[in-house]
Amino acid sequence: MKFGVVVSEGPYTHQASDTAYHFVVSALEAGHEVPRVFFYHDGVNVGTRLSVPPQDERNIQEQWTALAKEHEIDLVICIAAAQRRGMLDENEASRQGKDANNIADGFRISGLGQLIEMGIQTDRLMTFGD
Amino acid sequence: MSTLHTVNKSPFTNQSLLSCIAHAKAGDAVLMIEDGVYGAPAGTAVADALAARAGEVSIYVLGPDLAARGLDAGRILDGVNAVDYAGFVDLAAKHDRAVAWL
Amino acid sequence: MSEDVKKFLYLNRKAPYGTIYALEALEVVLIGAAFDQDVSLAFLDDGVFQLTKGQDTKEIGVKNFSPTFRALGDYEVTKLYVEKESLDERGLSADDLQEIMYEDEDDDWAEKPSIHIVSRAEMADLIADQDVVLSF
Repeated sequence: MKFGVVVSEGPYTHQASDTAYHFVVSALEAGHEVPRVFFYHDGVNVGTRLSVPPQDERNIQEQWTALAKEHEIDLVICIAAAQRRGMLDENEASRQGKDANNIADGFRISGLGQLIEMGIQTDRLMTFGD
Repeated sequence: MSTLHTVNKSPFTNQSLLSCIAHAKAGDAVLMIEDGVYGAPAGTAVADALAARAGEVSIYVLGPDLAARGLDAGRILDGVNAVDYAGFVDLAAKHDRAVAWL
Repeated sequence: MSEDVKKFLYLNRKAPYGTIYALEALEVVLIGAAFDQDVSLAFLDDGVFQLTKGQDTKEIGVKNFSPTFRALGDYEVTKLYVEKESLDERGLSADDLQEIMYEDEDDDWAEKPSIHIVSRAEMADLIADQDVVLSF
């Protein structure tokens, strides 16, 4: 079965991205597919490569990046939500005249259409938020 | 055709759990996760409301979230079953749609 | 309707302005409209506050997005279900909501209301009838 996953809260403040991560790991272990995870609302903040949590804590972004590499998961950050919150990839930073970008490896910025497409193309849509 | 409902809020903070169980249909499942697990113990102010639907709606609680919060799995309401993340995935696969009561 | 059309329900349970969920939900609805799916919007619990008349955000410095609901018909989003019990609990009635109309192309472009007031039981049936439920 194909699962689509929405993460709609930021890391650390809310448990949503952790629960989503454990759900995806378990779904993959059970032989299901998770072709895409869509990050919306403050969930876009999961994809910053600039977070530096204390060493004895999980690094939520690194967990997702590693999982996505191993299982070819498309980690999509909503562009509209991302721009509001200062999440820019190299192209967007240059297009918007900003001096930095912060999207982590394994994540990409794209439009809300990717969320709808995920709903159309998967068997179940799971939402993790607050 | 049935639905897996997930609730991640303490029922003592807002109405999500009560709204969820008021909208769940016979044959549906309700899974309490994150702070939603505070709704699972017996003897709380929401226990009667949950118990009233526990016959026709299957009610589950996410064990790892119970454990994290120091809630004793032995004290949860009769008819509420604990599952792990693999069980969460099974519930999502078994039902036709998932609805998150955020 | 072809087989690749899914029933999408946007489940709106949060009030506007205090948090961004209602606004960003509406942004998904507007983009999603281009995908020609069978779209419905549900307003229950505090979500009913999104549709009230007379919202004026000038003094809080936040964009008033409530007029956008009246444009949904242009995007062929014409099914807005509002739960009666949620209105009652909040001391509201249908008269407190904006009038949202659409032109029915299958009925000589007759103007029809997009808002349908439904009971809690009907809301439960609506949810149970969906392929995809997006929660906000």
